[in-house]
Amino acid sequence: MKKRHKKWYEYLWIASALYLVLGFVNILFAWLGMLCFLIPLLISITKGNKAYCNRYCGRGQLFHLLGGKFKLSRNKPLPKFIRSKWFRYGFLIFFLTMFANMVFYTYLVFSEVSGLKQVVTLLWTFKMPWTWAYHGTIAAPWVAQFAFGFYSLMLTSTLLGLVTMLLFKPRSWCVYCPMGTMTQMICKIKE
Amino acid sequence: MAVQRRKRYAEVLESKCVACGSCAGVCPRTAISVPKGVTAKVDKDLCVGCGLCEKICPACVIEMITEASQQEEN
Repeated sequence: MKKRHKKWYEYLWIASALYLVLGFVNILFAWLGMLCFLIPLLISITKGNKAYCNRYCGRGQLFHLLGGKFKLSRNKPLPKFIRSKWFRYGFLIFFLTMFANMVFYTYLVFSEVSGLKQVVTLLWTFKMPWTWAYHGTIAAPWVAQFAFGFYSLMLTSTLLGLVTMLLFKPRSWCVYCPMGTMTQMICKIKE
Repeated sequence: MAVQRRKRYAEVLESKCVACGSCAGVCPRTAISVPKGVTAKVDKDLCVGCGLCEKICPACVIEMITEASQQEEN
């Protein structure tokens, strides 16, 4: 059988994995994660489709690779409550609230009401010291604060995705991914 | 002579589809796609009923349907 040539975007999982590594090296790289927020929104608003989820999502590809090719997934169906609309929209609201909270704290640092906290918060609860990834020379404290907050969000969602990948189907994260839910909402409105 | 043929194809429960595109990624015949970002759509004529999409779908909204059809043959 003739081997199919892979397209460039089928390697975007490397970028997703690299992003997680770069957060350990210099926290300012966390800003790059904004691309994963802005590109899907832009595509859904301008094109009215979910091409980002369908083709370009490196995280989805990473879960597919780990769960599928590397057989790390149990391949069991997700529990019904996670698949429900209540959970999906509820998680989206929760995620956006936590995002707004993070932006507000960045504002507090910007207005010098609060100081920069060099911590990465996992699962919105566990604060982990992350002092080695900030060198404090190039960027203003609020820029670094946003990076710490944003990286916390990205690491937390990757962790959740990895756990559901292991326990259920590889791309279980896609079912409750806030960006996926949001872009689908936009597409529904545009349809 | 009438011959009984069976057609097996995938069907998407559209109201519950999350449009992630996992199914489209594994389909060997490109019979399934997510054209408008709302739900996956199956081209019944192209679908060979292999069931790969059903297996991969994280939202468990794909079902395999077997349909019996009569076909005339000489």
